[in-house]
Amino acid sequence: MKPQQKQLLYAGLAVMLVVIWLFYSADGPQTTAVLAGTVRAATLLALGAMCGMIGERSGVVNIGIEGQFLLSAFAAFTVASMTGSLFMGTVAGIGMGLMMGWMLAAMAVGLKVDQIIAGTVLNIAALGLTSFFYDRSRSLGMGKYTNIDLGPLADIPLVGTVFFSRPPLTYLTMALLVVVHIALFRSVWGMRTRAIGEHPGAADTVGIDVLKLRYFNVTLAGGLAGLGGAYLALEAVGTFSRAMSGGRGFLALAVMIFGRRTPFGAYAAALFFGFTTALQNQFQLNNTFDIPPQFVGMLPFVVTIIVVALSGLVGSMRDPAALGQNYEKG
Amino acid sequence: MSEILLAAQNVTKRFPGVLANDDVSIRLRPGRILALLGENGAGKSTLVNVLFGMYRPDSGQVVIKDETVELHGPDDAISRGIGMVHQHFQLVPPMRVVENIVLGEEPTKRGLVDLDEARNRVVELSERYGLEIDPDALVEDLPVGMQQRVEILKALYRNADVLILDEPTGVLTPQEADHLLGVLRELTETGLGIVFITHKLREVLAIADDIVVLRNGQVVGETTPSQTSESGLAEMMVGRSVVLQVEKSIADPGDVVLKVNELEVNDDRGQIALDGLNFEVRAGEILGVAGVEGNGQRELVEAITGLRHPSVGLMEIDGEELSSGSPRQITKKGVAHIPEDREKHGVVAVYSVAENSVLNRYHRRPFSIRGILRRDVIRGHARDVVDEFDVRTPSVSVPASSLSGGNKQKLIVGREFSDEIKLLIAAQPTRGIDIGAIEFIHRRILEQRDKGTAVLLVSAELDEILGLSDRIAVLYDGKIMDVIDAQDADREKIGLLMAGITD
Repeated sequence: MKPQQKQLLYAGLAVMLVVIWLFYSADGPQTTAVLAGTVRAATLLALGAMCGMIGERSGVVNIGIEGQFLLSAFAAFTVASMTGSLFMGTVAGIGMGLMMGWMLAAMAVGLKVDQIIAGTVLNIAALGLTSFFYDRSRSLGMGKYTNIDLGPLADIPLVGTVFFSRPPLTYLTMALLVVVHIALFRSVWGMRTRAIGEHPGAADTVGIDVLKLRYFNVTLAGGLAGLGGAYLALEAVGTFSRAMSGGRGFLALAVMIFGRRTPFGAYAAALFFGFTTALQNQFQLNNTFDIPPQFVGMLPFVVTIIVVALSGLVGSMRDPAALGQNYEKG
Repeated sequence: MSEILLAAQNVTKRFPGVLANDDVSIRLRPGRILALLGENGAGKSTLVNVLFGMYRPDSGQVVIKDETVELHGPDDAISRGIGMVHQHFQLVPPMRVVENIVLGEEPTKRGLVDLDEARNRVVELSERYGLEIDPDALVEDLPVGMQQRVEILKALYRNADVLILDEPTGVLTPQEADHLLGVLRELTETGLGIVFITHKLREVLAIADDIVVLRNGQVVGETTPSQTSESGLAEMMVGRSVVLQVEKSIADPGDVVLKVNELEVNDDRGQIALDGLNFEVRAGEILGVAGVEGNGQRELVEAITGLRHPSVGLMEIDGEELSSGSPRQITKKGVAHIPEDREKHGVVAVYSVAENSVLNRYHRRPFSIRGILRRDVIRGHARDVVDEFDVRTPSVSVPASSLSGGNKQKLIVGREFSDEIKLLIAAQPTRGIDIGAIEFIHRRILEQRDKGTAVLLVSAELDEILGLSDRIAVLYDGKIMDVIDAQDADREKIGLLMAGITD
């Protein structure tokens, strides 16, 4: 990041903190609700963005995150309601995500199908399967994941409620941000992953098995989206409904791009997009504007379009050089 | 120390329809430099890919350090001490030098890449071999010569005792090339063996201990620099005696045909590629544009042929301002273009030879009338081109993709020359084609000049520039360093200008 951009970022952050403080002084409960909603929405986006970035850093576009969310949410919900265990449901969600990641890898890396088409297949399959098998009578008897207070941290006004009094999968996501960051930028795996996304030929000539690593990464990344699905069904909502991922898998890709394919950048972007979602919810709840709710509901997506367009203008965001290209040896 | 560092024994490798290597044997001893010489398609690259484990031979063996081995991939070759510097660098541009060097064999500490240790090892290596480098620079910021150095260090980091270099001097200025040859010679003093692949005769004589010449997949000669000469090597490569230098008369320049004034052109990334260019080309003269590739040559050619519009400046062809003209408007003025990338811009591979022969004027009479192509006229024209320009093809109906590089190029030249032309833009007109075709095309270009065509010749081959040009402009970093008369030009002088050095 250039120094000027950094200054701009810090200035923006400072302004934001002041504004939040002002709002909090004016209306504490409302502000807390919006910010808590922000973190809630951001968690799913962050998981999707991490899934996307591991794929893209290795050179594979994953537009199937939406489908991965949806089918994993379905698997998590179904297993949890059958076993009565949220933990088992979460494991099932992650397992389903891994399986879908593996399917994407098999198509896009193994069979060298066009990556966009492979991702689209996942999305369509997920929507069809979940709609068909969805059983309305099922429910989570034991309820969804509940908040856990992190000791004295949870007692800090505003910040405590927003960040330190959250359900378990949110904490897990925050921990994963750190893990993925270190793995991508400090570990041997990360260095090789970035190399195969930029110049697979170079990696091949030093003995790195490009296809194998891409296969592994895309599968592994699916697990993150699977966790996202479990989060959606078992923590955020507490039930399953048709097409409940609601475009957030695509939003996660915007978040990933805006966050420059880094975990922390993506989380910052996810908070921003999450904020628009939370704000929209709050507007609808309070009926702030006297217009049809569909228009208010558009807010996050309108902001996405504006931000993605603007981020193109801000520039200096280069895609991995080999993104979207199938690798042929030799 | 082993007797033989690396050898191919009776290696045969077939590709569909091609016998790329036919019973080829070579051997490399410690401390020696073996030059592999041959034209494009002679089988050099196939052979080294076999030695490096990229291809498995159909028959024959690879011997490394007196031991017959079976290589299953490059990592096999690397672990046995074979290092390769590819013609197209295998580096990850947005990563740092040190990361590129250790990639695949990263030192670790507590499960993470130990960059400090890696940096130490790189610095130690670069000091030991006198290959200075900034380990923390991003590869994409380095000049080509430095990137090559990174490639060599990459091999040395893996404890290579054989270095295979594929056309390593193609992207260097003459001085950089000389420097590289010096570095390689020093490396052999530590017992390293080097396989040096090239088609440049001068370099072979300057650096090699042993020379192996390949033609059509076979070894056609083994010799040493003291036993041969440039013409001797050329004869071995081609299989008959060749004229390396086409004779030419003194130019008789006429009116200005192409005039370029303060031309500024951006590259694909929107950065300035040509920065205020001024020059003119007259009828009946050849202006050669010399320079290391990537200094604005592509943008210059594209700007003049209408494929790219300049951001600032004027370009006049035959007195008409055409800086924002379309390729067709420019072609109509009598401009012929031999493009740099013949596969991409020269021919349409799936079209027939006949269709390719009229790509520049299929829309005009007599080749089409009211939008309908006249196939018989086109075929007749194609036959004329094929005859006159010696294009070797079974018929004019076969797709252009079935032609060899040299024949494709002759087809392009034939197409461009079969109309009256005032200006010829020739970009790398003989890249990657056989010596016979090179000679032919050089003659034709000189013929055009003598007929009064203005010629702009852009080439990375300094010999070509020196052999054909009447005046030479040297392009460096988007600027013309100097324009000199061909009589006053020599490699040394142009080489310095190519590196951006003026006295």
